[in-house]
Amino acid sequence: MANYPADLKYTKEHEWARVEGNRAHVGITTYAQEQLGDVVFVELPKVGAKVSQMQPFGVVESVKAVSDLFAPLSGEVVEVNAELVTKPELVNQDPYGKGWMLVVAVSSPEEAKTLLTAHQYEEFLAKGGH
Amino acid sequence: MTSSDGSLKRTPLFPVHVRAGAKMVPFGGWEMPVQYTGIIEEHRAVRRAVGLFDISHMGEFEVAGPEALAALQRLTTNDVATLEVGQVQYSLLCYPDGGIVDDLTVYRLAKDRFMLTVNAANIDKDWAWVSEHGGGARWRNLSAETALLAVQGPKAERCVQRLADRDLSGIRYYWFVEGRAAGVPTLFSRTGYTGEDGFELYAAAADAERLWSALLESGAPDGIMPVGLGARDTLRLEMRYALYGNDIDQTTNPLDAGLGWVVKLGKSDFIGRQAIEKAKTEGPKRKLVGFEMVDRAVARHGYRILKDGREAGVVTSGSYGPIVDKYIGVGYVPAHLSQIGSAIDVEVRGTPRGARVVPTPFYPPQVKKG
Repeated sequence: MANYPADLKYTKEHEWARVEGNRAHVGITTYAQEQLGDVVFVELPKVGAKVSQMQPFGVVESVKAVSDLFAPLSGEVVEVNAELVTKPELVNQDPYGKGWMLVVAVSSPEEAKTLLTAHQYEEFLAKGGH
Repeated sequence: MTSSDGSLKRTPLFPVHVRAGAKMVPFGGWEMPVQYTGIIEEHRAVRRAVGLFDISHMGEFEVAGPEALAALQRLTTNDVATLEVGQVQYSLLCYPDGGIVDDLTVYRLAKDRFMLTVNAANIDKDWAWVSEHGGGARWRNLSAETALLAVQGPKAERCVQRLADRDLSGIRYYWFVEGRAAGVPTLFSRTGYTGEDGFELYAAAADAERLWSALLESGAPDGIMPVGLGARDTLRLEMRYALYGNDIDQTTNPLDAGLGWVVKLGKSDFIGRQAIEKAKTEGPKRKLVGFEMVDRAVARHGYRILKDGREAGVVTSGSYGPIVDKYIGVGYVPAHLSQIGSAIDVEVRGTPRGARVVPTPFYPPQVKKG
């Protein structure tokens, strides 16, 4: 299904990771942004910060809701999407593209095995997604 | 409106909202549409064109008889005697200690007959209150059999006019007429909770779907769209209209909340008068102010307001303002911090974020005056 690209790995907290070598782009899924509604604010760590798998790394806020963001993989933040400061709506419009949040230099590549495949994530959503 | 034990109540339009794909959420004991397409899109539609709201969850009481005026003068803070037949008045029910039971609108239907529109979450509480303290008059709770639709926005009048059996252009802000819309007996009230021109239409619950569909159809050329409670909240926030349960409640005094303009101490005695008079003499200790965030952060209901690192007040409403395009909020601060331009902090997830007190409303009201 196009909503959940096969080249990404997913968490049960509705983040995705695109692993390329020892780097991973991180964002939230189509399901997550639909549940949130219009995203109006994204709070992200600074470059150089350390994130740990399934620990909160930031916050996404819609008009009505505040949600923690959980790191799919441990590592050091090497890039953040500065465009989200002024255009948080990119998270709704293009969650796997311009709505990306972080690039992490992955410290424990084996953690990727614990993430869900697109197929597993869709099965998880089909059962209620929580 | 159906209600079974412990479950959420629904308006007569519930199936219509579900069919339209609305996201339904619990609100004050009701299962209501929070959005249809998106809060920001719906908000902008109301500011730029016209939106249609189902607010049938609101409660309506009728009070009639020779004692009706005296009962309302005792129960409400505003001066009902100044209200003409065909006119609407914003007002408050207060407790003896000045705390607010509810905010409401009072309609003078006839010399000795009035309608009160109250908040959905407060219907039972208010009904008990007016039943206990509104003695001598005949009270009827019409909440279950009454639907209420709001049509709001610069193109609202033309949408409603197409369906109306009379000319609406002469109805002033906070006045109403009774007639028919799409053949349905309707009370056309030039009121709202958005700061835009528009109408609130009262009709029988059984006619709600017919009226709703007719409005969507007739308003299509003007870009009418259904609007949920999410945008209703951001629209009222940009106007700084109070929301009961957020900005005002049984612990807040009308003067602190900036609602002194609907408290008429010069009229005959009313419940809460002594306490409010005393508060007025002593001067306000805290004031409800509007603020905008200087630092990028969203203030939310219940967040602490800080000054120099110390707790100074509390945020009562806060969000992103879709038209002002800023993070805005409302909260109580000590009187000495209430001046325009005052620098305050809002504690967001443990971190103080800068904000400043600004004039309100945040966006100029477009209501039809005069």
